[in-house]
Order: sequence, then structure tokens, then C-alpha cells
Amino acid sequence: MDVLVNPTESSLLRFTTAGSVDDGKSTLIGRLLYDSKSIFEDQLLAVEESSKRRGDAHVNLALLTDGLRAEREQGITIDVAYRYFATPKRKFIIADTPGHIQYTRNMVTGASTADLAIILIDARLGVIEQTMRHTYLASLLRIGHIVLAVNKMDLVDFDEAVYNKIVADFQAFAKGLDQLPKVTPIPMSALNGDNVVDKSEHTPWYTGPSLLQHLETVQVHSETAADEARFPVQWVIRPISDRKDAKLGNLHDYRGFAGRMASGTFRVGDDVLVYPSEMKSKITGIHTFEGPQEEAIPQLSYSITVADEIDTSRGGMIVKANEPTQTSQEFDAMICWFADKKTLKPRSRFHLRHTTNDVRAVVTDVLYKVNISTLEKTTESKEFALNDIGCIRLRCATPIFFDPYGKNRTTGSFVLVDEQTNNTVAAGMITHSLVDAGDEDAEVAI
Amino acid sequence: MSAITHLQFLESEAIYILRETAAQFQKPALLFSGGKDSIVMAWLARKAFHPSRLPFPLLHVDTGHNFPEAIEYRDWFVQEIGASLTVGLVQKSIDDGRVQEEQGYNASRNKLQTVTLLDTIEENQYDACLGGGRRDEEKARAKERFFSHRDGFGQWDPKNQRPELWNIFNGRKQFGEHFRVFPLSNWTEMDIWQYIRQENIPLPSLYFSHQRKIIERHGQLLDATTGIIPLHDEEKPKVKEMTIRFRTVGDVTCTGAVESTASTIDEIVAEVAAARQTERGTRADDKRSENAMEDRKKEGYF
Ligand SMILES: Nc1nc2c(ncn2[C@@H]2O[C@H](COP(=O)(O)OP(=O)(O)OP(=O)(O)O)[C@@H](O)[C@H]2O)c(=O)[nH]1
Ligand SMILES: [Mg+2]
Repeated sequence: MDVLVNPTESSLLRFTTAGSVDDGKSTLIGRLLYDSKSIFEDQLLAVEESSKRRGDAHVNLALLTDGLRAEREQGITIDVAYRYFATPKRKFIIADTPGHIQYTRNMVTGASTADLAIILIDARLGVIEQTMRHTYLASLLRIGHIVLAVNKMDLVDFDEAVYNKIVADFQAFAKGLDQLPKVTPIPMSALNGDNVVDKSEHTPWYTGPSLLQHLETVQVHSETAADEARFPVQWVIRPISDRKDAKLGNLHDYRGFAGRMASGTFRVGDDVLVYPSEMKSKITGIHTFEGPQEEAIPQLSYSITVADEIDTSRGGMIVKANEPTQTSQEFDAMICWFADKKTLKPRSRFHLRHTTNDVRAVVTDVLYKVNISTLEKTTESKEFALNDIGCIRLRCATPIFFDPYGKNRTTGSFVLVDEQTNNTVAAGMITHSLVDAGDEDAEVAI
Repeated sequence: MSAITHLQFLESEAIYILRETAAQFQKPALLFSGGKDSIVMAWLARKAFHPSRLPFPLLHVDTGHNFPEAIEYRDWFVQEIGASLTVGLVQKSIDDGRVQEEQGYNASRNKLQTVTLLDTIEENQYDACLGGGRRDEEKARAKERFFSHRDGFGQWDPKNQRPELWNIFNGRKQFGEHFRVFPLSNWTEMDIWQYIRQENIPLPSLYFSHQRKIIERHGQLLDATTGIIPLHDEEKPKVKEMTIRFRTVGDVTCTGAVESTASTIDEIVAEVAAARQTERGTRADDKRSENAMEDRKKEGYF
């Protein structure tokens, strides 16, 4: 059933699940959908039937999201599933991700667009390496809000002491992170629904909100209008026609830069800087299909015209004249390595995809790898294997224009693509620019 | 801070994907069935490239088992948005011996569409096909990327999808491979209807309540007006005149109707809000087995 939200007022929250294999992530999402009445009868019937066929002791709600044959056969999640539900207060997009370490790349896929992460812990096992890995990744991706779901409380008699110890252990680990997210711990049983939608009678000692209450009200930071204006160009709209448009007049000379406002705002008349040429110009029009607009706001798509004949196209970017980006051919970045058959090491070459740009890049150095359990930086090995996380230095064939990831998720992120297979093999977040390539001392911290 | 509504977010995301598709591929096409999702997708494509015309054609894989209303609408819509149309005929695949038609009363050309689609893609050298699939439709679709890679045989490998991070879409491919791209991935059925209402998008009359001759088969309400579905002799007396509408519009043989008096968009929105069954619950093609959709997708289905 799809709740009728007011389409002119509803806000959107995107969240992801994380945690080790079998901690109950998919069950929790199934429970959330079920208890919020977002499941259709035919979906429930199908799940009941296949639970029965499998000989499960109870209706296995994880089957609501584990949609692939291989997932149902093995009872684990392999790839991220996206689910949607709404309450009268909010619309939600959920990414249910796999806990298995082999599929970390799919967890990162789900987390890269999330505003909040639910990190599950099996109350019997407490904080384990995979909890730490996912928490570290969530913080690296700058997810500002974490719900620490201490799950399977039914298996530890809803013992407050067990819960408190896990929360304390988690907080001790989280203190070591560079970027400390806001943590909201909740004791739960995903299987039985305790503290998922309604507050549970089994945890009288817990005074906080249920998971859904928290999700409905939490305020998350997303791209705000106050940030610096960034407009990556996707495509140039050139009608090449002498048709007359009712709102735009003769289309013969129309040349609009099409893209989506990544952050900040533009108004007609703003002085702008256009990459890659770094020429200055003025915005003469902000257009949508509906007609000319006064202002471009974050996340919406536009076609922008400027005063001068400026040479830019896909891969270029428009910013405010007094808010330039960093530009450099060489920079440092944190990466998560995804390939299982290949490794990354100094001199490895890739296609680097950053905003709408695609340039050749080479690894000039591996600075360190991170030991997930201790958060220590290690320099023993210069080779990244599957799921390794660490810091590398990259040199591109041409300069790219960017912000550090901590400042801007869109202009600070990139992926590396294998030159032979075309697979996406790494996720990257830019940390530092090297102004003068080759001169280590010229490094500027941003 | 300027907060945007969820429909604004979804619209902008879809436009972003449509522009990425035009920019990253040599020769894309937009799969157009005349159903509401492909109508919304084409509507968004018009917005994405305005004031230019669409930089790709609409592609209709025609099973020959059409509701006449859907074809009439298709031809009107293509004119209206100034697009060009390519049609791939399943009948041609049958005549050419590329596929064998299913026999019997439950025969459907739905599966055959895959061959016609792949042949049409190869013939025209399309390297990306935009589809109106939504992740809320079905559990295997819920797993699919926006940019979904297909190998040289048009197959999807669900266990080995490319990671898709942030808003960076990797459309790099080897010769002979192609992509399916789904700009409406994050939309729900309700979002589609609320958007149609907001934008005042005209729809084929099939979506609204009307009288139709119907035969009930395996709990499904199937069309008995067009004569496309063969009837058993004992079924013939059971054909009833009913007040129905369609929640999805596709091939006649696998599109089930629902009893409904909803004759305006507002009434449909209210009906969708109260529905206890998914829209795919009305589709015969998904009832064939638990993994029906995943299996068809692996072979190259939409
Ligand atoms: N007793 C109890 N069992 C639970 C609870 N939550 C989940 N389970 C069980 O734990 C098992 C694993 O649950 P899943 O939801 O598949 O775990 P997951 O975290 O999604 O696993 P992956 O996606 O493979 O990483 C299933 O048998 C669930 O029924 C709970 O709160 N209490
Ligand atoms: Mg799971």
C-alpha cells in the first residue's frame, strides 16, 4: 500500500543498512515495510509460500528484499536492493546492502547516496570487524547520521547490560574516526518488531524513540543553498534550427549548458567562471521546460546560457567568479578497492570518472592503507587487494576541477575504471591537491 | 535553505540520467510501449533536451497483440512531442523463423519480445536502450542499476553488476555490448500517478474506467473484446461485460484488468493509495514462477 503523501510538501530521506552477515538487515527492512503497511498482499503471500517451501520456522521477511535466486538459495544478500515506502510524514528510499565482506562494493554503492546509515549488530556477538569496516566506510563517505541498531535483543533476554556494553564498545571505536557521525543507539528485535515501528514493552529501560519515529523526524544535512555554486556540464543543448520558441524566441543562436546544480545557487546576472578554460562570463538565462527561471537551486536540472561565446562542453563546470574550485593534475585521495582479480599498485593506469569528466590517470604513489580494526595507517604493502581501503596519489592526463570530498560530495568524488574490462574498480574521495606535481613540500591541506 | 519536494527530486534525477545517456552513448533509443511509465519517461526526455528535439528515437517492440487504443495513442504522442519512432515487429521475428510462437490458450508473445528487441538493437546498432522499469515493480528489478550492463548476448549478470556510486554512471563498454538505462528506477507507482496529475499528461483511455468484454481466467480479468486471446468453448458463455480499467498497459495476452469506476486521475490516485495488490499482480507473465522476472531479465528482457 502506498501512503498518500502530499506531493507538494513531503521531504525525502535516503538511508542504507550496514553490518555483518546475518545481523538481520534484510529482516529489519522487511519488518519496517510490513509494520508500516507498505507490503502488498500478493508480495506477502509469495514470501509466506517460499518461507514454507524452504522450511523456515517463521515467515522470513528478508525474502521481501532478497530478490535474486542466488540470494534466496543461500539466505544472504549479495547485491543492494532498493525499497520505497512512505508515512504521512516522509518518503523513504532504502538501500538494503549485503553484510558479506566479499560484496563490500555493493555496500558502498548503497551507502554513497545515503543521508543516514543503520548499522546493525547481533547482540550476541557485539562489535565485530565487519561492524567496524562498515562504520569506517560510512564515516569516510560522510554519512552524518548513524543508527546503531543492537538487534536480536530477544536472544539475550532484552538485557540492558548487554546493550550498554555494546553501545560503549561502539562508541570507543567511533572516537577514533576522523569524521564523527551522530550516533543514535536503539535496542531491537527485527524478527519480532521490538522498537522498529512501535516502542517495545520488553525494553522498559530504553527511553529513546523507535526506529521509525527517529527516521521520520531526524534532520539530515544535504546539499544546501549556502554552499558554493557548482554546476557540472553534462551536455550542450543546440537546437540548430530557425524555429521560434514561444518563450525563448528564435532558436538559431540558442546554446544552453545542460546539467544539475550540485550545490549552491545561481541567479541571472551572476558573474561566473567557466571550466576548463577558466574564462569569466555572466549568466544570461536559467531555463527549464517550464520557461525562464530566476534562480537555480541545488539538485534541480537546468539549461544555463552565458553572455560570451565560451568554449565548454561535457566535463566542464560553471561556478561563481569569486568561488573557484581547486584545479590540479595531481591529488591525494582515499579509495576503496573493489576488484577481486586485480590489484592496484604504483603505476597502475585507469580511466578516472569525476563529475561528467573522463580522463586518463596513473597511480603515482600508495601513501598508506588502513587497518580496519585498529584504524592505524600501515605502509608495509603498496598493493591494494579486494576491499582494501587507503590513501593514494593520482596524476591525471589533464587537470581536473574539484573540491575536497569533505566539502562537496559531488565535486570531491570519483571512480576508477579498468582500462581492459571497463569495470568500476574503485571509489575515490579527494582529500588533498598537489599544487606543483612532483614537489612533495608544495602539498596544501584543504 | 530551499527544500525540494520528492517529485522535484525524482524529475531532476531522471533528467540527469537521460542527459547522461545521450552524452555517453553513440546511438541510444527509448523503449516506448504506450504504457504510463514509458509515457512519463518520454515526457521527461522532452524536458531534458528542450528546446532541442529528442536526440534519440522512440523504439516500440510490437508483439502485434495490441490494444488499438494504445497504438492510436502512440502515434498521437510521437507527433505531439516531435519524436521519431522505430518499430520492431515480433511478427517479423516469427515469419523469419527467429522464434517459435507459443501455442495454446495461454500463449503469449511476451517472451518472444526479447528476441525481437535484441534483433532490433543489433540491426540499428543501438548501444543503449532507455527503459521505464521501476525498482518497486518487482524484486529482481529492485536490484538493478540505473546503467545496467549487457554482454554481447544481451544478457544481464545479476551477481556481477558494476558498482554504481554517487551520481557517477559508467557507460564504458566493449564492442558489441550494450546498456539498458532506467531513469525511473527510484519512482513508485504512486509517484508516477502523482506526477501525471501534476503535469497533466494525457494517457491512453485504457487506464480509465470503461466497459469491456472480459473473461476471467486463473483469477485474472483478461480482455475478450479485441479477440486476440483465444477462448475455450466452455469459456465463451462466461464472457461478461464489466466496468474495468488497466493498471498497466502492455501486450493484450498478459495484461490483466481490475474492476474499477475510477475515471479521473484523482480517482486513480485514491485507488492506487488503497490497493492491496501490486500492479504486477495483474500480470500473467510474472505468475509463471518465483524467479520469472530474473530469468527473463538475464536473457535480455526489458
Ligand atoms: N531471533 C532473532 N533472529 C533474527 C532477528 N533478526 C534477524 N534474525 C534472523 O537472522 C537471520 C539472518 O537475517 P537476515 O535479515 O537475512 O540478515 P542480513 O543482515 O540481511 O544478512 P546479509 O544481508 O546476508 O548480510 C535470519 O534467519 C533471521 O530470521 C532478531 O531480531 N531476532
Ligand atoms: Mg540481507
